[in-house]
Amino acid sequence: MLISNTQEIPGKTIVEFYGVVSGSTVRAKHLGRDIAAGFKNMVGGELKGYTELLSEARGEAIRRMSRQADEMGANAIVNVRFATSSVAQGAAELFAYGTAVTVEG
Amino acid sequence: MELLIYAVTPVMLLGAWITGTLLERRHLSQLLLLESGSTHVLALTIEDLPDGWIAESSDLVIGNVVISQDYFKRVVGGLKGMFGGNIGVFEPLLERARREALLRMKAQAHKAGHDTIINVRIETSPLARSRPDGKGTAGVEIMAFGTAVTVRSEDGSPRRALHP
Repeated sequence: MLISNTQEIPGKTIVEFYGVVSGSTVRAKHLGRDIAAGFKNMVGGELKGYTELLSEARGEAIRRMSRQADEMGANAIVNVRFATSSVAQGAAELFAYGTAVTVEG
Repeated sequence: MELLIYAVTPVMLLGAWITGTLLERRHLSQLLLLESGSTHVLALTIEDLPDGWIAESSDLVIGNVVISQDYFKRVVGGLKGMFGGNIGVFEPLLERARREALLRMKAQAHKAGHDTIINVRIETSPLARSRPDGKGTAGVEIMAFGTAVTVRSEDGSPRRALHP
């Protein structure tokens, strides 16, 4: 699955459109990570546990989106956008969406 | 006992200020070092490749970082926030985070063998709001993403020749 946040896949031509595909995941922070993050929060700086958590979650959202495009018979997703929203204290929704297409070339 | 409680907050503030400042300085010098070595990946916010540049392969690349402000600066920011205006103590934090996210995105592109990233976008999202008294997480996630491509010019000369 070719994924791009541009209008088209660079170097390829779009031959068919399938519509919007999306994937989302809601993640809550892990207790152990949260305690570590609490200490880190005192002195500032990167909260590595959360960075990893969000990047894993985003990866999962992208995988779900890809699976959806795959089922439609597409081989690429263009114009991918991301949205992050905190739905509750300590939980965040990671959402990825784009347009499933078939490309050639 | 009560005296002890009153003594804890200033000590925590001072500790957070010293450690936070040291960590910030270290991060800034690290960023300078990494940025000096990241010039081999060109990040552009333009959507399409300029004429004459041909993409051989492409990939979505993402760099993210969750960063938080130290306790002392959160308290200062909270106090300053009451009067409005420019809250300078928060600016270096966000700047550091953006630079770090961009570097991570570039590193991912470089690892995949790409030399250019087009349509770069940077998003900022708060994970939790900090309270005016400085308590609570003040985590902010910065995500930089774009489409990494390997570029060749039409006549086969390397990309750098086209680079103005």
